[in-house]
Amino acid sequence: MYNIDQIRADFPIFKRIENGKPIVYLDSAASAQKPQCVLDKMTDVYQNSYANVHRSEYLLADEITTLYENARERIQNFISASSSHEIIFTRNATESINLVANTWGLENLQKDDVILVSEAEHHANLTPWQIVAQKTGAKLKVFKISDTGNFLQEEFEKSLKDNVKLVAVTAMSNVLGTIFPIRQIIQKAHQVGAKVLVDACQGVVHQKTDVQDLDCDFLAFSGHKLYGPTGIGVLYIKSEISKDMPPYQTGGDMVDTVTYEKTTYALPPARFEAGTPAIVEAIGLGEAVSYLSKIGMENISSYEKELLTYFNQKANELPHFKIIGTAKNKGGVISFDYKGIHPQDLSFILSHENVAIRVGHHCAEPLVHRMGYSSIARASFGMYTLKEDIDLFFKALLKADRFF
Amino acid sequence: MENIETLSDNFSFLESWEDKYQYLLDLGEKLEPLDTCFQTDEFKVTGCQSQVWLVPEIKDGKFYFKATSDAMMVRGIIYVLKAIYNGKSIHEIKNIEVEKIFATLGLEGHLSSSRRNGMLSMVEKIRLYAIKAEAQQQ
Ligand SMILES: Cc1ncc(COP(=O)(O)O)c(C=O)c1O
Repeated sequence: MYNIDQIRADFPIFKRIENGKPIVYLDSAASAQKPQCVLDKMTDVYQNSYANVHRSEYLLADEITTLYENARERIQNFISASSSHEIIFTRNATESINLVANTWGLENLQKDDVILVSEAEHHANLTPWQIVAQKTGAKLKVFKISDTGNFLQEEFEKSLKDNVKLVAVTAMSNVLGTIFPIRQIIQKAHQVGAKVLVDACQGVVHQKTDVQDLDCDFLAFSGHKLYGPTGIGVLYIKSEISKDMPPYQTGGDMVDTVTYEKTTYALPPARFEAGTPAIVEAIGLGEAVSYLSKIGMENISSYEKELLTYFNQKANELPHFKIIGTAKNKGGVISFDYKGIHPQDLSFILSHENVAIRVGHHCAEPLVHRMGYSSIARASFGMYTLKEDIDLFFKALLKADRFF
Repeated sequence: MENIETLSDNFSFLESWEDKYQYLLDLGEKLEPLDTCFQTDEFKVTGCQSQVWLVPEIKDGKFYFKATSDAMMVRGIIYVLKAIYNGKSIHEIKNIEVEKIFATLGLEGHLSSSRRNGMLSMVEKIRLYAIKAEAQQQ
């Protein structure tokens, strides 16, 4: 049983009432709200166990190092990695992907190699590869998706030639909601000897992720979309790959020995965590994934599917409401057009009803243009979204009829 | 076209956000269309949530601009900005406190920060143009 009332109560922000109305938060795909346990954990660490990590023996340093490394293990378990050494803490998914681009990418890609991405990538999984391509002479190729946002097996396989050295693909589109069959994609890519980076920023939030079952080489996500704090992200790197990778940034905490002439670098993950990390944020994220595991990602997934069905039913009843992205396998991210009203006008009206949606190009400008728009309105769900939120969304939307 | 004082009076008679918004949309309706030959990257204002093109010019030492957007409310905002800026001398432009004027319209609280930034991107473009023109005169 998915106890939505209990879950809702775990998120203190929903107690807020503005102009006598609750906050209808339909922008979790941009950033999710935080459960009380995460906030409590972070406060507790600051109040009782705070010091720097990895540097000293005294009580507080020892305690916080244990907490920090324990957070790494919680994340290891959450995505079923084989070792906690495969979990690298970064600032966010963007930094995770840039790390791979600037280390593995610059080291391994050469002229005429191909980096293959989908049409549905967020800029974070596009621009770093453009730069690596420029620097190395590799080519960036894009495989097509369908007009409804479906993954097209033929298009992918057509692009997957021997010279493809890296496939960088999203697990779930932040605009269309499409869930990509990444396990299949990875299998096929490995057959031509390509490595695969999964942008799991959305994917990891809405479904169970098992990196060993997927067999991915790199997987990136942000803490803040996963009900954790901002300023913390994760990069999973398969250990057989990370051991040969050069560091990204250099400095403290990531070295083995340093003399004035030469430095040898620590083993992963320390090699990739130069400087004092976001200690308390990492611990907060550890708490968030434990919270999610307790509820069960499968349960969250099926609850969100239920919400999506409910949303689609209501949408079908409303004339002139068009969903952009109707892939067969889709999660709780819904881009839409209503009567051709500009998204900025829509969000203005909705925000007066306390309904939070996202408008714009969603940091996926080529995709938004490919779907035939310059700007798109998007509603997205979290584990705490209520059917009433969806009712209130449609009620607020009808207010637009008064003006347009 | 009404001057800014008239617009300001009209806004102040309207109490609810719905009425103010409707009035802004009505003003937007009255905005002259911008020839598509100007709807190019050269005239595009970046930093807005919608597409905005703005074409400034100086006639007889006075500043004028024309602009449009694909968002209706932004067209309304452009209409108001025209009432504020058009026909001013280029020396006056940089001293206009546009946020204060918008505050008197009672629109302030209704403009979210990102929308305000979009408006300020237009204002910035106007100011820079005027400052450059001023420098060229000297
Ligand atoms: C699919 C996808 N990839 C990458 C990102 C970038 O995440 P961040 O800004 O936290 O680095 C996002 C965030 O919107 C996303 O949705």
